[in-house]
Amino acid sequence: MSASEGTKNTNTEPWGGFDDNIIIQGSGSAVIDMENMDDTSGSSFEDMGEMHQRMKEEEEVAEEDGGEEEDGGEDGEFLGMKGLKGQLGRQVADEVWQAGKRQASKAFNLYANIDILRPYFDVEPVQVRNRLIESMVPLRMINFPQKIAGELYGPMMLVFTLVAILLHGMKTSGTVIREGTLMGTAIGTCFGYWLGTSSFIYFLAYLCSAQITMLQMLSLLGYGLFGHCVVLFVTYNVHFHSLFYILWLVIGGLSTLRMVAVLISRTVGQTPRLLLCGTLAALHMLFLLYLHFAYHRIVEGILDTLEGANVPPIQRVARDLPNVASAVMNATVKSVAVLVHSQ
Amino acid sequence: MAEVEELNKPLFAGLSDVSIAEDIPVEGDITVPLSSHGVDDEVSTLDEPVKDTILRDLRAVGQKFVHVMYPKESSALLRDWDLWGPLLLCVSLALMLQGSAADNQNDSGPQFAEVFVIIWFGSIIITLNSKLLGGTISFFQSLCVLGYCILPLTVAMLVCRLVLLGSAGSVSFIIRLVVVTASFCWSTFASTAFLADSQPPNRKALVVYPVFLFYFVIGWMILTFSPSH
Repeated sequence: MSASEGTKNTNTEPWGGFDDNIIIQGSGSAVIDMENMDDTSGSSFEDMGEMHQRMKEEEEVAEEDGGEEEDGGEDGEFLGMKGLKGQLGRQVADEVWQAGKRQASKAFNLYANIDILRPYFDVEPVQVRNRLIESMVPLRMINFPQKIAGELYGPMMLVFTLVAILLHGMKTSGTVIREGTLMGTAIGTCFGYWLGTSSFIYFLAYLCSAQITMLQMLSLLGYGLFGHCVVLFVTYNVHFHSLFYILWLVIGGLSTLRMVAVLISRTVGQTPRLLLCGTLAALHMLFLLYLHFAYHRIVEGILDTLEGANVPPIQRVARDLPNVASAVMNATVKSVAVLVHSQ
Repeated sequence: MAEVEELNKPLFAGLSDVSIAEDIPVEGDITVPLSSHGVDDEVSTLDEPVKDTILRDLRAVGQKFVHVMYPKESSALLRDWDLWGPLLLCVSLALMLQGSAADNQNDSGPQFAEVFVIIWFGSIIITLNSKLLGGTISFFQSLCVLGYCILPLTVAMLVCRLVLLGSAGSVSFIIRLVVVTASFCWSTFASTAFLADSQPPNRKALVVYPVFLFYFVIGWMILTFSPSH
């Protein structure tokens, strides 16, 4: 039946497939009879059974009437206005769907392709452990550009560990309320520091003609956070003021010296070296100081004054302590202070 | 030669049209046999009573719970993954963790949202990490496994709440600590039993660490939960 036309035909299905004939005929007939609108015309597969049925009826009718029906049978080969409109709509919908799918998959493959990041995660556990230890060891050789490993697994894990430690610190400093805000603050602080400071130092390195890429800077700073994690983990559990200062200088200083040495080895000239390394050292050490004090200020305030409603002015997050929670916390902190001072 | 070129030109000119036309029959051939199956399946599951659908899904979820509690067979969770179980567990855990919201105005919202965000955001990060490390498991399969392995921690949360109903002293703290630690180890072990198989053997530690951190944070939230009476 579909072979009766002389035009190009791509049908191979028994029910006729989406035929080019239909488009030509659909575009040829400028008037569409709205009275014959099919309720189910559109993109539903239930139409298939209906079409199949109607096709058989058409076939029988065409056989009976012979030549007279031939033209009519060819024109509405498929089935009269009802099926025609549904057919056309279905084909258009199909084409739109295909085009949209093609566009979406192209965009997806271009932007959301995580295979771009795959080479940066190609590490062994032994390598990660070695790099963690090396991040605390300052170099001696600064005349020769030092090799920096360009991987992102270690730095990312360290940032997430720092977030977890910060969360723990905020909990133990007695913030029972508004944890949603604090969680967002923790993640925002850590990731913001890692990404923001890396970008800023990379920009300064560009100005000072230092030989370092963005990936290497991210990696270097990420591993430098290992010292921060260690210091905060210890000092959030042992609230000893002078201990924190010693650890800040020693461990923070070691990791900063390591980063500074690597940067010096890759920069030429006294002034650029001073600018770059001074900025990095200041930011790194001050960040550790900030992390300790911003989330522990309230504990110090209570240790010193033993008052309930004393909210220090530096708090960025409003912490409204009701009397019950502060009384409970006072009691625990007092007992901790007694324990610590008695040792 | 010129005639050959003239003959060639119309051929090349038509190539831009041919590409689209070629697509349709190919895709039509591929999709039609499937659509006939789809008609039968849709008709049969659309007409069944709602109770049957729900019970079938619940039974699948329950079966996966059993697989998580006794992680010896590692293919059922991966083969037919679904996200109903993780959603149920996540919502119940988040609801239980916000119990102290009665007195304080701003607690209920952020706490529920916080647990939700931590669980789903953490699962997505771990999945991306394991894929980047060369894992063979798909995105949603990994989400499914991580979500189902929260079950021991949810059970621990229930136990903690019951213990807190009784007393709030140091004894209850020790009980809660033991329960939460045990369930956290169970969760980590169960999820690594499913996830680590899809990794190269020498990199298992790299995949296990984020999972450990993830369940540690959730376990920490459960342990430090204290309802205000």
